[in-house]
Amino acid sequence: MSRIAFARPKTLTQARFHYCPGCGHGIAHRLLAETIDALGLREKTVGVASVGCSILIYNYLDLDMQEAAHGRAPAVATGIKRVLPDRIVFTYQGDGDLASIGLAEIVHAAARGENITVVFINNGNYGMTGGQMAPTTLPGQKTTTSPAGRDVSRAGHPLRMAELLAGLDGPAFIARAALCNPAEAARAKKYLKKAFRCQEMDLGFSMVEILSACPNNWGMEPPAALQWVERQMKAYFPLGVFKDTTARATRGDESAGPEEPPH
Amino acid sequence: MQLMMKGNEAIAEAALRAGCRYYFGYPITPQTEIMEYLARRLPEIGGVFLQAESEVAAVNMVYGAAGAGARAMTSSSGPGISLKQEGISFLACAELPCLIVNVMRGGPGLGTIQASQGDYFQATRGGGHGDYRLPVLAPASVQEMADLAFLSFDLAERYRTPVLLLTDGVMGQMMEPVRLPAEKTGGSPKPWATDGCLGRPRRIVKTLSLDPRELESHNRCLQAKYGELTAHETRFESYRLEDAEVMIAAFGICARVARTAVDNLRERGLPVGLFRPITLWPFPTASLQAAAAGVRRVLTVELNAGQMLEDVRLALPGREIGFYGRMGGVVISASEIEAEVQRIHESSEAA
Repeated sequence: MSRIAFARPKTLTQARFHYCPGCGHGIAHRLLAETIDALGLREKTVGVASVGCSILIYNYLDLDMQEAAHGRAPAVATGIKRVLPDRIVFTYQGDGDLASIGLAEIVHAAARGENITVVFINNGNYGMTGGQMAPTTLPGQKTTTSPAGRDVSRAGHPLRMAELLAGLDGPAFIARAALCNPAEAARAKKYLKKAFRCQEMDLGFSMVEILSACPNNWGMEPPAALQWVERQMKAYFPLGVFKDTTARATRGDESAGPEEPPH
Repeated sequence: MQLMMKGNEAIAEAALRAGCRYYFGYPITPQTEIMEYLARRLPEIGGVFLQAESEVAAVNMVYGAAGAGARAMTSSSGPGISLKQEGISFLACAELPCLIVNVMRGGPGLGTIQASQGDYFQATRGGGHGDYRLPVLAPASVQEMADLAFLSFDLAERYRTPVLLLTDGVMGQMMEPVRLPAEKTGGSPKPWATDGCLGRPRRIVKTLSLDPRELESHNRCLQAKYGELTAHETRFESYRLEDAEVMIAAFGICARVARTAVDNLRERGLPVGLFRPITLWPFPTASLQAAAAGVRRVLTVELNAGQMLEDVRLALPGREIGFYGRMGGVVISASEIEAEVQRIHESSEAA
């Protein structure tokens, strides 16, 4: 007897990822593709790519996609979802895109309770342009535009987007996971599934923030970068569920019970 | 049946009758009646009205909706249109059809809420980054605002391009009798729209081409399309030009005032006529050349410092082109135009 233990998700194309060694995007793409497969959503989903390293995500996901201007993915997704309310619409955005230039778009999409799902990759820097300081760069963290380390007295403090959006009334599900070990990756996938389920149930805005390594721009070997996520990033950006209205919506459904609080 | 309507409301109602069911916008004077009208009407007919958090978000919502295959629109005035330029460049590159309305006000900066034609350059030269153009329609009556708003969706889909309806604060606010176009539904099939890849290969709406040769090839396609537009879609009106010695070139609200000036001057025996571009891009160059062939003098009249004037000069090289303009929200009166025409006519007589 043999069984397939590991196969390429149907939602992933045959294209080879262009990402750097140790980058989290490849893992996040796969988790996303597996989630869409598991829920059987591929043919009814429209994705929105953003500006950053993951802009070419449409080369890797075998589903309809639009590419948005920098930061505008939630607005583009809003346009799509309002036209096609019975389709599943998600954005895939980085931290510069979502938390800096696109802050208005993400906050208002969340405040409207726009029924879309946001996959937010937080790797603490602008990857595509070569590792500049992002709104999520940690205090003291060195980047090409904070060469002496982020000085919060001049460059301000990092934004905790999950917490910020969870404070609004619009969102239905907000969680943060980290791609620093297989157990946390499994948790990220669980959150993704819940976020997409949330949209299927018309509950409103859902976002999964995923802490992710950027070894190349951080100037670290991949194992050290994973440790940075585990020790430094998790300390500033706690993991867990910050908002979850699915339990209320599906009372009696045990599998969708309340999640553990942030830790 | 004729109705008395404000120009802004005529645009909004005509867009609905053209099958537009999605409006995304942000309040700004003097176009706000468009969004207020649609905020009331769209929910009645199963459409979506969404007041966006910004002009930038609004135009990107139009991008998403148009990319999903819908007839969608936004509207604004100068300062807001400047903010929308990012999205307009992306719409042009991704070849997404939609309607964008600019009800012009005086600029630069916040300027004033009174009428102006100061956005001619921005409208006709693309406006945002990169090599692109938009069809620019310039109505001169409330009837034409309705007709051109109605037409714009078919034009946008035929050429897969955003269309800009360029009008101004006076046109937007004034009321006139209008015969609204009959309701139509749908639009053309869109074999590029992203609506879920059920039973077909996936589709991608994008503007990035990392390979310069690929991007040049896309640019060539866009330019070929602009060539088609130039060949087939120029519109203009000529008025009392048959035996004219002086030709006024004006668009929009100025053309309207100039028409009165032409009638008044004709009553005084002065042979003057009007050439009115309806498409500001593509500019009706050949028609203007033909119209100008028989006249002694050409006078361009605009509510700006001389913007269309450049296109008139490009069309009529070697000819002396007179210009009369007011700026900053001041609207020209017929008597000002009459005085200027008389002045240049006398100087040409003397020459």
